[in-house]
Amino acid sequence: MGNDILVLVEHHAGAVHDSAAELLGKARELAAATGGEALAVLLHDGSAASLASGLPADRVLSVEHEAFAHFLPEAYVLAMAGLMADRDPRLTLVANTTVGMDLAGSLSARTSAPLAAYCIGLEVEGDVVVATNQVFGGKLHAEVEMPGGIASVVAGAFPPAEGAGGATVESVGAPDGLGNLRMRFLARVEPETSDVDITAQDILISVGRGIGGDENIELAEDLAGALGGVVSASRPVADAGWLPKTRQVGKSGRKVKPKLYIACGISGAPEHLEGMRDADLIIAINTDENAPIFDVAHFGTTEDLFDVVPALTEALEAAASAA
Amino acid sequence: MHIVVPMKQTVDLVEELELNDDGTDVEREYLKFISNEWDEQALEEALLIKEASPGTTVTVVGLDEVDVDQTLFAALAKGADRAIKLGGDFEEGISSHQRASILAQVIEGLSADLILIGVQSPEDLDGQTGVLLAGTLDLPHVSVAIGVEPHEGGVKVSQEFGAGVVHEIAVDGPAVIGVQAARQAPRYVAISRIRQAMQAGGLEEQEAPEAAAAGSGLTIRRLFAPEAASQAEMLGGDADDVAARLAQIIADRGLVKA
Repeated sequence: MGNDILVLVEHHAGAVHDSAAELLGKARELAAATGGEALAVLLHDGSAASLASGLPADRVLSVEHEAFAHFLPEAYVLAMAGLMADRDPRLTLVANTTVGMDLAGSLSARTSAPLAAYCIGLEVEGDVVVATNQVFGGKLHAEVEMPGGIASVVAGAFPPAEGAGGATVESVGAPDGLGNLRMRFLARVEPETSDVDITAQDILISVGRGIGGDENIELAEDLAGALGGVVSASRPVADAGWLPKTRQVGKSGRKVKPKLYIACGISGAPEHLEGMRDADLIIAINTDENAPIFDVAHFGTTEDLFDVVPALTEALEAAASAA
Repeated sequence: MHIVVPMKQTVDLVEELELNDDGTDVEREYLKFISNEWDEQALEEALLIKEASPGTTVTVVGLDEVDVDQTLFAALAKGADRAIKLGGDFEEGISSHQRASILAQVIEGLSADLILIGVQSPEDLDGQTGVLLAGTLDLPHVSVAIGVEPHEGGVKVSQEFGAGVVHEIAVDGPAVIGVQAARQAPRYVAISRIRQAMQAGGLEEQEAPEAAAAGSGLTIRRLFAPEAASQAEMLGGDADDVAARLAQIIADRGLVKA
């Protein structure tokens, strides 16, 4: 096994994803410990070749082929498995995004490299790599060791690399098999924009599974009305169709940073916290005192949301009419 | 089209998670196990395809984990055609790599055109089962799907990215699709219908094949509860007391409606 740290650089629509700087920063730190290089892998169709020069890596492996015009899991797996075989890195880092979730397990099975998923910490201790990972919806962390392998890294786990690029760019030939893929890219569909933009709101009343049913959304609407805010939701509520997908906060929804975020019946899965933890003031209402939402909230209560939310609406309305 | 849906029993996260004596796993003996919610989404998507495409059959496969009978019979009651329970000793929990190894061997014998599986589970420390399965069987895969529909002999998959962007990808089967969410919420099935399915029997039982010896390659040192960087100030009293405090906090920050 070599000493290099390989990082897949995710990019979409001509822009490098935020995860790249975080992964490359960690890769350079680890490479300093192993005596290897931080290698950034850029898979592209030519149009994104210029992204290579800005990457904070020791070396950029630039692989060009028309199959990389968009993210196609099969094409990416062929390329990454090939590079892992050729370069024999100690570690391969991908982001725990749609792209990373799609690739990491498949690469692990194909290359027999161990995989640490939902990784939030990585250190080299002599011959072993120690990874800390979120498990059980973030309620527990698992510290594991492996000789090397793959880690899919949660957003925000590592600070982004500082400093500009200037890395050596090495062109690498595309792998065989890209002409015989069993999948084809059809279309990129942008989100609907006709609904309110929750990222532009100062106040969000956000409802989760604990709201129980779409007939109860009204409670949150009333509170939003009293505060001049808008109702948003966690994933299960949007999936159930109780609110439109445009209102979904989190990893696969929108990242929001309002002045006030009131989380009603939201447990706080890592994917949700990723989308709202930077709000100025977070109030959480959840009957489960161990819910992870209380780890990011400023104020919390375990009183039932069906009692607190109407009472708060009433208190705010009373204060407004008294003013 | 023959769709196979692997289903997993997972720890109910509402429960308080206690660690075992050596601190390397949760104490499974007293925990409640439920069907992995993402697998339920995969099942729903399979049933939607079946309803729209005559001739489609759906087979669910589960390891003999706590309360798996309930999950498999519920799947039959909802409209799955076959349910297979794989016998073995899984009380200690098994890694995603081992699970994928077992499923790969079983699925090879099922002539599946499509495998729909939950994109993740809360116990995926060594990766998600679906993509591990795809890699083991050298099948194409797409994860984080929010829609799967028949398309030109294969399927069209809607793959979800952040901020609501979706990619549509045509995939030739057989393929493994990791389902994040079905096109509609998983259907409800009454307990009485699950009981009927239980009485009708129809659970096919077979021994699970041996998982590949290699395992996940991870050695678990310890599990631990994360220390929060900060902790919410918890407000006591009844709902009215809490509401009054919150109203004051909101007012103090100048956030009341002008």
